Amino acid sequence: MGSYVPNTDKEQQEMLKEAGYKSFEDMFSCIPDEDKLGRELDLPSGLSEMEASRKVEELSDKNVVYKHIFRGAGAYNHYIPAIVKSVTSKEEFVTSYTPYQAEISQGVLQSIFEYQTMMCELTGMDVANASHYDGGTAAAESIPMCKDRKHSVAYVSEATNPAVIQVMRTYCFGSNTKLVTVPVKDGLTDADQLKKMLEADPEAACFYLQQPNFFGNYEDAEKIGQIVHDAGAKFVMGVNPIALAIMKTPAECGADVAVGDGQPLGMPISYGGPYLGFMAVPKAMMRKLPGRIVGETTDDDGNRAFVLTLQAREQHIRREKASSNICSNQALCALTASVYMAAMGADGMANAATQSTSKAHYLKDQLENAGLKAAYKAEFFDEFVTVCPCSADAILSALAKHGILGGLPIADDQILWCATEMNSKADIDDVAAIVASVTGKEA
Amino acid sequence: MSNPKDLLYSESHEWVKMLDDTTALVGLTDYAQSELGGLVFVNLPEVGDEITAGETFADVESVKAVSDVYSPVTGVVAEINEELLDAPEKINEAPYDAWFVKVSDISAKEELLDADAYDEFIKGLE
Amino acid sequence: MNLIFEEGNEGRRLSLLPECDVPEVKVPDSLKRNSKFHLPQVSENEISRHYTKLAGRAHGVNNGFYPLGSCTMKYNPKVNEVAAALPGFTRVHPLQPENTVQGSMEVIHLVENTLCEVTGMKAFTLQPAAGAHGEFTGLLLIKAYHVDRGDTKRTKIIVPDSAHGTNPASAAMCGYEVVSIPSQDDGCVDLAALKAAVGDDTAGLMLTNPNTVGLFDKNIREITKIVHDAGGLCYYDGANLNAVMGQARPGDMGFDAVHINLHKTFSTPHGGGGPGAGPVGCKDFLVQFLPGYHVEGDSKSGFEYVIEPKSIGAVKVFHGNFLVIVRALTYMLMLGKEGIPQASANAVLNANYMRVKLSDVYDMAYDTTCMHEFVMSLEGLKNKTGISAMDVAKGLLDYGIHPPTMYFPMIVEEALMVEPTETEPKEVLDEAIDVFHKIYQQAQSDAETLHHAPHDTVIGRPDELKAAREPVVRYVWED
Repeated sequence: MGSYVPNTDKEQQEMLKEAGYKSFEDMFSCIPDEDKLGRELDLPSGLSEMEASRKVEELSDKNVVYKHIFRGAGAYNHYIPAIVKSVTSKEEFVTSYTPYQAEISQGVLQSIFEYQTMMCELTGMDVANASHYDGGTAAAESIPMCKDRKHSVAYVSEATNPAVIQVMRTYCFGSNTKLVTVPVKDGLTDADQLKKMLEADPEAACFYLQQPNFFGNYEDAEKIGQIVHDAGAKFVMGVNPIALAIMKTPAECGADVAVGDGQPLGMPISYGGPYLGFMAVPKAMMRKLPGRIVGETTDDDGNRAFVLTLQAREQHIRREKASSNICSNQALCALTASVYMAAMGADGMANAATQSTSKAHYLKDQLENAGLKAAYKAEFFDEFVTVCPCSADAILSALAKHGILGGLPIADDQILWCATEMNSKADIDDVAAIVASVTGKEA
Repeated sequence: MSNPKDLLYSESHEWVKMLDDTTALVGLTDYAQSELGGLVFVNLPEVGDEITAGETFADVESVKAVSDVYSPVTGVVAEINEELLDAPEKINEAPYDAWFVKVSDISAKEELLDADAYDEFIKGLE
Repeated sequence: MNLIFEEGNEGRRLSLLPECDVPEVKVPDSLKRNSKFHLPQVSENEISRHYTKLAGRAHGVNNGFYPLGSCTMKYNPKVNEVAAALPGFTRVHPLQPENTVQGSMEVIHLVENTLCEVTGMKAFTLQPAAGAHGEFTGLLLIKAYHVDRGDTKRTKIIVPDSAHGTNPASAAMCGYEVVSIPSQDDGCVDLAALKAAVGDDTAGLMLTNPNTVGLFDKNIREITKIVHDAGGLCYYDGANLNAVMGQARPGDMGFDAVHINLHKTFSTPHGGGGPGAGPVGCKDFLVQFLPGYHVEGDSKSGFEYVIEPKSIGAVKVFHGNFLVIVRALTYMLMLGKEGIPQASANAVLNANYMRVKLSDVYDMAYDTTCMHEFVMSLEGLKNKTGISAMDVAKGLLDYGIHPPTMYFPMIVEEALMVEPTETEPKEVLDEAIDVFHKIYQQAQSDAETLHHAPHDTVIGRPDELKAAREPVVRYVWED
């Protein structure tokens, strides 16, 4: 049996006696007999560390790890600098609790303050929280921030990641909020329809726009923001953090709330988690932000000190009047993102972003030569959709045989591709060659 | 600080200044602010909101707690003191100048105490 | 110490990416970023030292005793970290075809099975990322159940006044009105109050057992029956599972849905505030509402994703905090059927040991056998010496001990809640008991110094009033 109980049986017996009990059974008489399980758990026996570690390794070996990844759709394969893992493995960060006791937690608090600063820089906003669970839950929790007694209907573009819309729907089921989707035209949010819908609804509270959108296309965020504000609603943007290094910030587009998933900032794709929800707002919206916020202050001697602040927003104080129940968040992932951003620097991130969009454009050109057609004419960042003359499955199976994870099939004949700085020209050429062999087109 | 004689008081430590028969200012008493400690934020209702005597209409935040503020009167919020949103410490510094709302169309009042009765009430609490 | 932005110099950088080997494409002019983008300009050496300094100002379970009540700060095994770093887990895309992620699906399946057996539930979703997230999910299952039955009258959730703040907050997020019922003097649910509170508008009850003062509520079956008889469902907050795993099961107590905190009970690290995981389990009749992709099958014939017919949708994108789940599985495999009850038995032993040995000078809120945690009240000490729970907590910092949970639960005045967990050696407990005695003595002889503790930490007590009145929540560059 594996155990992390240091005290030996002898020590345990001594302690039982000192505490006034004859045995464990005697101590557990505080649980009535009829409530006791009274039998062994129907589970396998415990293992030694060597056996457990082997078993888990066997499980990991049952997965297929692709050498080359061309799939995004919310989980992006970017280069993770070695310093990131080195810092985030430090025991003091890994094993510490939430920094409620400021005097003993200045390290964690300062790292969160630095993270908040970097997210504000990235999004152009004034205030960022210490994290949310992921981009989807951050999007969902932006809705209560925008609602008030006269504005209660939430709008979201159908060009948003369907998985994010689903999370928003589930949260809206909870809060009894009406969620309305705005249609797509040619791979972009239909701005004319949006205008009509919002103008017809005086109760519209907010509109959520993904930028770049699910199909990889750049939306005209400024124009859409204007439409939303003219209709008296709030503008929420869900953004790709890598793209922000070179793309107009949500603040520049007039957004009232910026959210997104920080996974591309140093977190491995790891079958979907843990990722990182970020939320950032202009000063006016600060008190509406859910989650923890670290502030700077001083101690009695005038030393700079960091502390969790504006706690009266949170569940442990406001209880049922809190706007969110969030307690534990994704702190270590926020630390991961900070180290990534410090390591890459602004130039490095701009480089990663530029390379990603350049590789994606090169991929698209090569795929077109190989017989696929771009689905949309819109400008795109590092993802795009192709229409295939054959089935998407045929193409993806052919690629899989060569250890390549192709784009995401979003219809029988449509694939959503992604390329990042991790994909070399040679790898892209290989993909095109394989695709050409399936479509029968001479490359 | 002594409690101004021209005001009326509730047992939940709010003060009321009747401007005329149907209009009043409402705030928190000195006893309230001292019990609550340093205030960091005030959540006020909106102009036009209807408020009811005995029910909460606002709340105040200190570092570690939130406290409800109860309305001594039934009426409509005519004005809110926006100054308090930026400087809630004014409630601690000068509670009888730090009005929260101006209420109009007052149709009902709670049982309110005059300054002397309120002084007695507080003595009883201590 | 400097912020990382105050270090480095113009032009310093790391050498991370190769040159671009394809023609460069820029963002269209109309979409180009126009605002300045500041990030540190530092070398790798400077980054490494900066975070080493920060780590030196942090305090984890790995540094010392961490008796935070209701948080279960048990030791975080290192083999869990090895498991979570396996490339077979980290390099897998969440949207890969089913047949290429059978390993990950089996991880989820094994954790689900273990949790079902430990809690007495039929199925689990591993999507929720934290306990509060789990509470929200569990309450959504309850809401979906009532809506499905066409019963829209049930608008209230009953929560004891001793509950953790996330309980009422989660209920409010589900559109429920929270009905708070008072606890008895012994900290347990007041049956009369509960009976008076239930009705045909009761959607459910949220409860934890042992309760938030560390006591096993002996009336638990009657409590769940009262709620069921009124047509409501019972939700179990699994934060205190470390006291009873392998000894008693919420499913047997009458609960219909539960959440588990993997970062408490199942040893995954707290990370400074996450990531954790809050899997939600439920009885048979609620399985149809579970969110996300449910993994079904077995290792012989293979696993597949199933979407439950009346699923509430999804509470997160993708499958949950997978690498956290891997850590929990490793722990579950190691402990097995023997280790799980051994852990809870020793968690309860260590708590009672400390409780008994502190009772000579400290007032215990409840003078009876506790479970995995116990509550002390410093009200008497405060009246006598002016030393509060806050002062004692800050005093502990000077001895390198993380303070217990302060001022929770709200039903005990000047509360300190102590949860040692099963992974502490006897000497550590004895040393802590000694320190608590020293502080008690200091409260009598030198209250003034104690009142200004801590003295030996990198900062003294921070000015929280200033932090809230004039929030400074980011560094601002000068240009």
